[in-house]
Amino acid sequence: MGRMTFAALDFAASPAAMAGLAIVLLLIFVAAFAPWLATHDPTAQSLVNMLQKPSKAHLFGTDELGRDIYSRVVYGARITLSIVVLVAVIAAPIGLAVGCAAGFMGGWVDRVLMRMTDIALAFPRLVLALAFVAALRPSLENAVIAIAITAWPPYARLARAETLVIRRSDFVAAAWLAGARPWRIILRQIVPLCLPSLLVRVTLDMAGVILIAAGLGFLGLGAQPPTPEWGAMLSNGRDFLLDSWWVATLPGAAIFLASLGFNLLGDGLRDALDPRRQS
Amino acid sequence: MNQAASRVGGWKLVGDLGFTFMGLLAATFLIGRIMPIDPVLAAAGADLTTAQYARVAAELGLDQPLLVQFGRFVLRLVQFDFGQSFLSGNPVSVDIARVFPATVELATLGILIGATIGIPAGIVAAVMRGTWVDAVLRCITLIGYSMPVFWKGLMLMLVFYVMLGWAEGPGRQSIAFEGQVPTVTGLLLVDCLLQGDWDALRDAWGHVVLPAVSLGYGAGAYLARMTRSFMLEQLSQEYMITASVKGASTTRMVLRHALPNCGVQLITTFALTYGLLLEGAVLTETVFAWPGLGQYMTKAMFNADMNAVIGGTFVIGMVFVILNQLSDLAYRRLDPRSQ
Repeated sequence: MGRMTFAALDFAASPAAMAGLAIVLLLIFVAAFAPWLATHDPTAQSLVNMLQKPSKAHLFGTDELGRDIYSRVVYGARITLSIVVLVAVIAAPIGLAVGCAAGFMGGWVDRVLMRMTDIALAFPRLVLALAFVAALRPSLENAVIAIAITAWPPYARLARAETLVIRRSDFVAAAWLAGARPWRIILRQIVPLCLPSLLVRVTLDMAGVILIAAGLGFLGLGAQPPTPEWGAMLSNGRDFLLDSWWVATLPGAAIFLASLGFNLLGDGLRDALDPRRQS
Repeated sequence: MNQAASRVGGWKLVGDLGFTFMGLLAATFLIGRIMPIDPVLAAAGADLTTAQYARVAAELGLDQPLLVQFGRFVLRLVQFDFGQSFLSGNPVSVDIARVFPATVELATLGILIGATIGIPAGIVAAVMRGTWVDAVLRCITLIGYSMPVFWKGLMLMLVFYVMLGWAEGPGRQSIAFEGQVPTVTGLLLVDCLLQGDWDALRDAWGHVVLPAVSLGYGAGAYLARMTRSFMLEQLSQEYMITASVKGASTTRMVLRHALPNCGVQLITTFALTYGLLLEGAVLTETVFAWPGLGQYMTKAMFNADMNAVIGGTFVIGMVFVILNQLSDLAYRRLDPRSQ
């Protein structure tokens, strides 16, 4: 309790961490209230209005099909946030399962699982995700799957390290003596205690996930048109860079801001929870 | 004793490398298997009788058990036989040998830019910890690794090519210089130097500078962040206090005492960042129409040219894995503290 309070105070005292929290909250707010915040239908085309400069009618201007870029960026927050959440929901449990099993069982199970984890850690993430999506056919779901299967190894390592410490504690021994089965001990005693550090690590990774997802979208391997995905919007705007800078620039700024927010938040959480900094 | 230990280390490295390679091969094999394109129809066309279908399948080895297929796949890949590219009609290995130097050139220049700026910046930030210099540097690095590399590239192009006209546009060379410099190393800048063709060199430099800077900024940001934390760790050690009590100047303390002690960590980070840049080049090449492996692979992806995709993935994966393991080895061999 005391430690968490100190951590919260530490976090609140850091302007960078609070800025990160504000950006992430803004992202969630925009995603949640997109229909109210948007001024236009994000997919409505209006060829008379194509490639309009930013103005009062179109805050961020319009793209080559006359769609309102501001409204598309607003709806794009939903796509980005759902990718981030889905990757976390898929990758973190896989890592947790692998890490807890390896740490708890030890012996050859540990050796095999950790060998697999090390191998996966040595892979180039982006290229592998690209190849997976290319093989599975480009779509938002496949992009999420591809990112998630390249994202779990660090979580497995972390969960294993935590499990090794928790396994030796008295309350686990007590549960053993009370006759609890191994799976029950893993699920009821070990997993809940691994969760906090895992959550911090997941937050730290979210910026990277946003960048990889945007990269896949940029290459046309993520969400397919007319979905307002930021990376894909940016890629569209490349062809009009010469005289319509806003088409590519503003969705890119949104990607940058989202990734910056998660970087700041993750750094702040890590600094606040790092026991070495509690002096 | 030490000799024996290092020999064991050597075998362990070979073992690790072998395992990781098998993993990489398995992953690429899996990618080839999960694609929803029927390889028989892709190879022989859509209209086939059942007998023809079975014959083509047998020719491709698809009637064999999965394990045998994987064995054959491994045998082919370790000989760099990736099959034909449907798109270019050449063997994929020939294509890759042609385009890969362009990627290496870009990534190498990127890491050089990143290291020359990032490492000194990290040292300065650590020494001036908590001052406004540290804060400014932290902002610049944070922006560097939060920006998507393709956006960075586009913005650089917008400012320095479209608006100011200081740099050359997309591609590797202007049309006027194409084919003028004979290919020796495949690295265009080096080839221009070897030829002594200064105009071509200036043109090639104008093309490479923007993509290299957009990669180098991200790499520099990462290196600066890591250097700062390595240096902070050293600066808080007791031997630093001893040195300062003995009257060593800050410069001497940093350059003679703290920096050499982070050397191995820095080399490791440098190698890993270089691997990441080879990957990041895939996106940057698309922005700058840079004729490297990344662009080759993206084109292949959109034309369902899976041989080329798998070949490219394997080559990038291989370089990545080797860099990873080498930096691990460097860490274990050069840093006595890790033994």
